[in-house]
Amino acid sequence: MSRIRKRHALAVVVLAAAVGALVVSAARIQAGNAATGVVTKIGKGEGRLNLVEWPYYSDKSFAKPFERQTGCIIHRKDAGTSGDMFSAMHANGGGGGGQWDLVSASGDASLRLIYAHDVKPIDIHLIPSWKDFIPVFKSPAHNTVNGQHYGVSVQWGPNTLIYNTKKVKPAPANWNLIYSKKYKGHVTIPNNPIQIADAALYLMKKKPSLGIKDPYELTQAQLTATVNLLKQQKPVLKRFWNYAPDEITSFKNGDVWLGAGWPYQTLQLQANKFPAKEIVPVPTTGWADTWMLASKAPHPNCALMWMKYVTTPKVEARQAYVFGETPVNPKACPYMNKIQKGLCNDYHLNEPGSYFKQIKFWKTPIPQCGWTKKQSCMDYNAWVQAWAQVTG
Amino acid sequence: MAIDAEALSAGPPLRRARLSLSGLLWRRPWLKALALLTPPLAAFLIVYIGSLVALFVASFWTINSFTATLEHTWTLANYRLIFSSAQPYLHVAGLTLKVAALVTLVDIVLALPLAYFMARLASRRTRALLFVMVLLPLWSSYLVRIYAWQEILAHDGVINWALNGIGLPDTNLAYSNWAVGIVFAYVWLPFVVLPVYAALERIPSSYLEASADLGARSFKTLRSVILPLALPGIVAGSIFAFSLTLGDYITPLLVGGTHSDFIGIEVYRSIGSSNVPFAAAFAAIPMLIMGVYLLIARRLGAFEAI
Amino acid sequence: METRSMRISLAIWSALVIAFLWIPLVIIGLYAFNKSNIQGWPISSWTLHWFSVTWHNPEARAAFWLSVKVALVTTGIALVLGTMAAAAVARFRFFGRDTISFLLVLPLALPGIITGTALLRFFDFANIRVSIWTIVIGHATFCVVVVYNNVVARLRRTSPSLIEASQDLGADGWQTFRFVLWPVLSTALVAGGLLAFALSFDEVIVTYFTAGAQETLPIFILDNIERGDQLPVVNVVAFFVIAVTAIPVILAQRVMRDTGVIGRGAAQVTEAVEAAEIPAV
Repeated sequence: MSRIRKRHALAVVVLAAAVGALVVSAARIQAGNAATGVVTKIGKGEGRLNLVEWPYYSDKSFAKPFERQTGCIIHRKDAGTSGDMFSAMHANGGGGGGQWDLVSASGDASLRLIYAHDVKPIDIHLIPSWKDFIPVFKSPAHNTVNGQHYGVSVQWGPNTLIYNTKKVKPAPANWNLIYSKKYKGHVTIPNNPIQIADAALYLMKKKPSLGIKDPYELTQAQLTATVNLLKQQKPVLKRFWNYAPDEITSFKNGDVWLGAGWPYQTLQLQANKFPAKEIVPVPTTGWADTWMLASKAPHPNCALMWMKYVTTPKVEARQAYVFGETPVNPKACPYMNKIQKGLCNDYHLNEPGSYFKQIKFWKTPIPQCGWTKKQSCMDYNAWVQAWAQVTG
Repeated sequence: MAIDAEALSAGPPLRRARLSLSGLLWRRPWLKALALLTPPLAAFLIVYIGSLVALFVASFWTINSFTATLEHTWTLANYRLIFSSAQPYLHVAGLTLKVAALVTLVDIVLALPLAYFMARLASRRTRALLFVMVLLPLWSSYLVRIYAWQEILAHDGVINWALNGIGLPDTNLAYSNWAVGIVFAYVWLPFVVLPVYAALERIPSSYLEASADLGARSFKTLRSVILPLALPGIVAGSIFAFSLTLGDYITPLLVGGTHSDFIGIEVYRSIGSSNVPFAAAFAAIPMLIMGVYLLIARRLGAFEAI
Repeated sequence: METRSMRISLAIWSALVIAFLWIPLVIIGLYAFNKSNIQGWPISSWTLHWFSVTWHNPEARAAFWLSVKVALVTTGIALVLGTMAAAAVARFRFFGRDTISFLLVLPLALPGIITGTALLRFFDFANIRVSIWTIVIGHATFCVVVVYNNVVARLRRTSPSLIEASQDLGADGWQTFRFVLWPVLSTALVAGGLLAFALSFDEVIVTYFTAGAQETLPIFILDNIERGDQLPVVNVVAFFVIAVTAIPVILAQRVMRDTGVIGRGAAQVTEAVEAAEIPAV
């Protein structure tokens, strides 16, 4: 054993720090320069496209032809939650970090991305299919701000009430059943702060005295009342589901008989000969996804080409089938029925315009109340904390 | 000291160089320590400790919820929120601690007899087989193992199927804190068995023979000889079980019920809503707990037994 | 020593614990043959279909190889850095020595989400783009200590006079390492390396934060779990991994069998040597 003097140890530490600093500076790479201004034309493809997406949003069945046509090879990062998507886009200095080009953000994240300057507006006329879109998806509040389009809508889905036909009798007609004690211990709802909006929507009818005008724009008092409803509901629940397959397994294994979900879960259960049905009680909430362009996108041309490609009817139909959601382009309907008979109907694509007006699509809660100037509304952070009170 | 002048001046140049370098390093041991320590220390200090410190500092800042940018304004707001009685966070921390402690205890109870059997009673072949059977589960995916448990504990799952088969009623374990505890105890068990096994294996049989010679029966030997000697290994194993439970969010999300909000879940959710200051503040709790735990463990000699 | 009844009880307990460890693995194996893509019990129809799907899935294969690559590099780094740190700590007394052991164990002792978040913010700050190298760095933080602890424990049981004797006999540093130190350390390195590889191969939380567009095997499994329509694929993958890793694990423990980590005989030999030696300092 040899003894080392204190000053020698100090030398070690200093040297270590110096070496470390050298290593770090060697590894630094220049962050991409933020491109400014709205992109108004699609130039030549850059040969690569980096996506932050929900799983299957660039499924090989329709991504491969795109890669062949444009030469833009796709690299993807799959996100499990909107939070993950936001983190990916906001890291490394934001704007996609100079690494990501596109993100398929749902309405609960899109406004956050916009206000954090992580995404930038595009000239919507660069997307020819846009003019065919169902009207509510052309310039929805969750991706269009001050007339500027921060990306293009791509797919959507309603939040539905799924039930086990053998255990839940009679069949439900509205959302009341998931708040009632009748099936206590056999109900499930999504584990997502945005679920507060569903409860708020319910209170809009049940307690008009609260004055809720928009389930995503709640004052402190309205938020508190909604949280109380959710706390009351909690003993009725078996669990909160996190991923769609979670909910499917819970139904299949008999733990859950009734729950808030999406058409995807119902169709999967039915495909496996499980007695499940769903209703879409309007008014209801829904989610809609937008392909958004990162402010520091290194391959903007490939990105725009993708946005153009993925909104065409045939590709919309393909993606809808693969993921289990509904296109924003109604011209996809015949293509959907060609993939599987009745698919267009199953996913509620051919509903009339009035139907869509009854769906309150996800929207990031922000402090500005659209319906009043006299009060301020609770922002997303407040919703996250409120949700912790519900689940905690 | 050894390297004499003759050896130095003889032989091919490369060997002479190596010999003189060895000599230099031998004469100035601190140079050797320097060369040995610098790379790992540098890597570690800069990357890990630096980022932990940065995270802790961020817990005293806030975030502009509108633009999701970090605001370098010093405040205790995050901590006040955590310790506020109107908020659920203290309850969440309490639940996590309770489950972590229980899981650790269960794992030690499960591991100790097995490790003892492996270390002292099993034949060489059996020991090898058991060792492999304890190690292999670590190689199967953690996520897939959790999903297997979902299936086992489900209402129409394996356990109830087996119970019904012999005429017993259903259990209601699915999506509850019991399920979370069982799954945690399951996935961390190999991590607890290995250090306990290593510690037990090191006990010389002569100690046990001496204890028997002195008239102690097996229980007394266990209490007075084996357990104290195995303690570092037990504590080392407990570090894994405790800390892994303290910070995990995947297991409670997948098999937990409506009262299964754990520290890890809230930290994960805060990061997802880009509220890094709050996540850092809440994460400071397990950091503090583990810091204290590690200090105690070091006292008990666990660091020699991992 | 132990009574007969105690021995039997211990044997039964051990069997039960091993069963507890392995029943879920058996179930994973069963579900690899499940026809339905929803995990329900009991399994109503069986198929080999998913094996073929997984085999032909380029993502699954790419994820597997990426995990192997990352784990190999991580283990290499852990072996080098861990041994160096262990050698310094075991051989020298210096100010702050105990703190090093403490610091090195932190990444393993602190929750993965803390390590992941802290590292991500570091990469953010240092402008390091996330890539396969950031994954490796993340894994290396907690893999170094596993090797370090094994080597330190082994070095503590090794007399330093062995090295002195070697150098007395005229060996230089490299020869000492190759002929004296390496045989002593090898099983500690194998044991540490195996555990480090396992930790890196199956790690998901830290990886999730430090990966970019790279998909390691655990990330691939997580993705498939989130999608859910090809759930049996993850069971096939898990089943395959267990089957494949059984071989190197069995081989490795055979290597360790005779010298040290396993083997009461070896422990006794070591203890005798330690008892007979004259401590160096």
